[in-house]
Amino acid sequence: MAQKAIREYDAKSILARHWNKYFPNFTYAYETVMVQNGSELTEAAKTNTWLNEKTLVAKPDMLFGKRGKNNLVLFKDAKPGDVSLSKAASWIDEKSSSEQSVYFSFDGDTPTGEPSVDKLTHFIVEPFTPHEQAEEYYVSATCVGDNDVIYMSAEGGMEVEEGWDEKVTEVAFPITATEEEIAEKIRANVPADVADKDKANFAEFCIGFFRAYRELNFAYLEINPFVMQGTKIELLDMVAKLDDTAGFLMVEEWGDVEYPTAFGMEEKSPEVLAVEEADAKTGASLKLTLLKPEARIWTMVAGGGASVVYADTIADLAGIEDLANYGEYSGGPTTGETKFYAETLLDLMTRQKDAKGREKILIIGGAIANFTDVAKTFTGIIQAFENYADKMKEVGIKIYVRRGGPNYEKGLKDIKEAADRLGLWIDVYGPETHVTDIVRMAVEA
Amino acid sequence: MAQLFTKDTQAIFWNNNTTAIQRMLDYDYTIKRSKPSVAAIVAPTSGNKFEKFFYGSDEVMIPLYKTTAEAKAAQPQADVLLNFASFRTAYDVTMEALQIGGFSTIMITAEGIPERLARGMNQAARDLGVTVIGPATVGGIAPGAFKIANVGGTIENIVNSKLHRAGSCGLVTRSGGLFNELSNIIAINADGIAEGVAIGGDRFVGSVFIDNLLRMQDNPEVKYMILLGEVGGTEEYKVIEAVKSGKITKPIIAWCIGTIAKYYDSGVQFGHAGASANAEAETAEAKNKAMAEAGIHVPATFNDLPAKIKEVYESLNIAPIPEPEMNVVPKVRRTKQFICTISDDRGDEATYAGFPISSVATPDTGKGIGDVVSLLWFKKQYPKWATDFIETVIKTVADHGPAVSGAHNAKVTARAGKSVVESLVTGLLTIGPRFGGAIDGAAEHFKYADDNGLDPKAFLNHMKKLGIPIPGIGHRIKSLKNPDLRVKGLMEYAAAHFPATPLLDYARTVEALTTSKKENLILNVDGTIGILMVDMWRALGYSEEEINEFIASGTLNAFFIVGRSIGFIGHVLDEKRLAMPMYRHPMDDILYDVQVAEKI
Repeated sequence: MAQKAIREYDAKSILARHWNKYFPNFTYAYETVMVQNGSELTEAAKTNTWLNEKTLVAKPDMLFGKRGKNNLVLFKDAKPGDVSLSKAASWIDEKSSSEQSVYFSFDGDTPTGEPSVDKLTHFIVEPFTPHEQAEEYYVSATCVGDNDVIYMSAEGGMEVEEGWDEKVTEVAFPITATEEEIAEKIRANVPADVADKDKANFAEFCIGFFRAYRELNFAYLEINPFVMQGTKIELLDMVAKLDDTAGFLMVEEWGDVEYPTAFGMEEKSPEVLAVEEADAKTGASLKLTLLKPEARIWTMVAGGGASVVYADTIADLAGIEDLANYGEYSGGPTTGETKFYAETLLDLMTRQKDAKGREKILIIGGAIANFTDVAKTFTGIIQAFENYADKMKEVGIKIYVRRGGPNYEKGLKDIKEAADRLGLWIDVYGPETHVTDIVRMAVEA
Repeated sequence: MAQLFTKDTQAIFWNNNTTAIQRMLDYDYTIKRSKPSVAAIVAPTSGNKFEKFFYGSDEVMIPLYKTTAEAKAAQPQADVLLNFASFRTAYDVTMEALQIGGFSTIMITAEGIPERLARGMNQAARDLGVTVIGPATVGGIAPGAFKIANVGGTIENIVNSKLHRAGSCGLVTRSGGLFNELSNIIAINADGIAEGVAIGGDRFVGSVFIDNLLRMQDNPEVKYMILLGEVGGTEEYKVIEAVKSGKITKPIIAWCIGTIAKYYDSGVQFGHAGASANAEAETAEAKNKAMAEAGIHVPATFNDLPAKIKEVYESLNIAPIPEPEMNVVPKVRRTKQFICTISDDRGDEATYAGFPISSVATPDTGKGIGDVVSLLWFKKQYPKWATDFIETVIKTVADHGPAVSGAHNAKVTARAGKSVVESLVTGLLTIGPRFGGAIDGAAEHFKYADDNGLDPKAFLNHMKKLGIPIPGIGHRIKSLKNPDLRVKGLMEYAAAHFPATPLLDYARTVEALTTSKKENLILNVDGTIGILMVDMWRALGYSEEEINEFIASGTLNAFFIVGRSIGFIGHVLDEKRLAMPMYRHPMDDILYDVQVAEKI
């Protein structure tokens, strides 16, 4: 996946690092710290003196919004703007000590749907910035279709989201647009509601913002709101995604940026992390997502397209409650890489028997390969069988194989012989059988 | 253009991916193309000039170049670029090719090019009317005409899937693996494909479904189209619009994979980077439904796709396609250990560069040794003034008496009772930088000075800095007043017969300067030969690079070796005839200065 969400703290840090390039006529204090608990905040105050000198705002920094409506923004103790360092530290400790329920959607101020429940682990702390509502503005940018689009509004904060169509001006630019064309069009489209005294500054700030979005390879960038007091800017809240395929170009520009798992999302299992790590090291592709590890049907499918077709067909014929995983291997993995991938799957698959006492099903599928050597990849799978044959027999697994491509006859013959030798149940098909027909056979059996 | 590729289409392959290129040539051989589909390979880090590939059981050589610009200049007819650079460099390679121009199609295989770069690259190509296939694709094929790289897999699968000749389906997919699978399904249930493209799995690809389908609509070979889409994106809706507006009138069978995605939240990435629904309209269901409503043939599930293809194909009553004759790629073939490009002994009579030996051997043919040298060394028929010059050189250098080190060595070896060949090679082994090497050196350094516009004084300074005496200048006893008549003869011949002698003219200005310092610093016979050889090649139309290569590979030395072998053999035969005894060097001719070895 090319687009990855980053923390608000990292988004601000990236903009701050390049501030003078994109916003030479504006100032931004970049007073912000990210901490995981109260004592880290106290420690941070030793080098960031403003933490002692100013009153503070604290909130979780974990890739979710609507923190105000979830009552997770600390900006007042007795009255707004009186939060001290010690108050912020104790609030962070309190909020991180137990699981919190967070609602992602609201109808007015009433939460809707089920909350996500998870622990809060990362907080961002900044100075409280007294300002007028009229000084709050909105700007964001992303790619829609083939164009880059900038969204600008004279109203920031929660208001902009409730009345988007009336309040937001959007301007689209083709990828080939020049800096001059962009600047001119942004200046011509400053929302009418922006205060007259701010109009020129607003345009200049948005021009710099959009240039930063383009040049720093953001996939999505939003400041909601920013506060503009003359040429003094405060970034009150930010959301950002990076195009991580540009990572090799942006080593210096992004610095040490992290792609965290969002609040409420299950942490990735060690197996999935191991596959991700292996994937990053090879020119081939190894992907694994666990959907329902206790389910009956496991897939080990070659190819990005074929793996989807198998998942579709299993959902159609067996139902998704039977589908344990989604994944694929492709791009000519080595025998060793395939062995590792197969062992990871077999290990997960043989941890428990089917709850209803049925045999489990392993689909080793794939389309007719263009260049992957089928015999070579199957050698890796066979080596994994050898290490897991006992466990596989204990759990009870039926293996269905369908594959074509370079050297497929040898691959099919080898895997059939190996399974027979190891006493594993196997059925083997080549390109004369429709690609997903083994799913029907397995489900009907 | 209604057809993406024809049987004459040739490609430049960026990156020496020998497996993929071999698959292309196997395909070419199978379908009996007249020229290989790969005209050149760009291999920036290779020092080789060509790569060998099988063509049937024979082998062919495909030239390697360091840059796309060189490859395109050498093979201007190749208008397809197969960009197999990595995700780090694929963008630069494409942009450079667009700048060079002359490409109608660029295929990009890398997955994960930064999105902003991919968008810029795709737009730049679109603005120039260049079709981009990819990124993140296995490519495409025009069966019976041109196949990109690994598409279709092995040659056996290609024939099984009827990809060796044009059928009547136009196929467009995102996925490369399923492209291959569908080719097989179409071969089983219909009559194969006329043209097919896998557009690529990244979010931003160059040519999209509609671009390819509109071209196929105009291609008379295509009778109906199959589209295999994916969850994510809105490209399928452009196709629906084209069907509704009547831009596309040929039947389309379509399916979007990824119906599973609706069961999970957006955290699960199914399939390719481009496959992620951001809105209801981007789901596979919505797209399948919308396509069906527009009159596109949509099966109930992917499993039902083969039956749907059969149904539509049969309803069109297309005349059966005659199966063409094919070559069969041999299962076992051995790579050739040696390559020969100068002579051939396989026919009735052995040939020198295509000329039977009898046609150059006897006096009535009018050919001499110079002609044989020009055929076997240079694979060219040199004009008479040049072959006469070559013979003049060989005759001039044939011998220089018994005292020179090579002749002396040959004589000493002959007196040790060794054979002609053994004695000859001991003589030849002395030829090098100090003996005979002045020919090479003179050609190299004088040419360098001339190429770089050094005046004689600057040239002398340059050689002084290098710390070597100027090769080809100086003689033991001869001087301007007492000229070397061999040199005089060569110069007179050149003046009378060479079209021009620019390097000799330059060397004469250098000689004027050196002789003003010392009488005997004349242009000697080695220098004159080396310099005139360069002038000969220049007059024959060789490029400066080619001449530099002749010098670097030791071609000039070779003239000396051939000529002087005549003399050495004369000395060896002389010794045999005289039956001279074993030679021992007189001890009083040796300075003995031996110290006791120090202990360390």
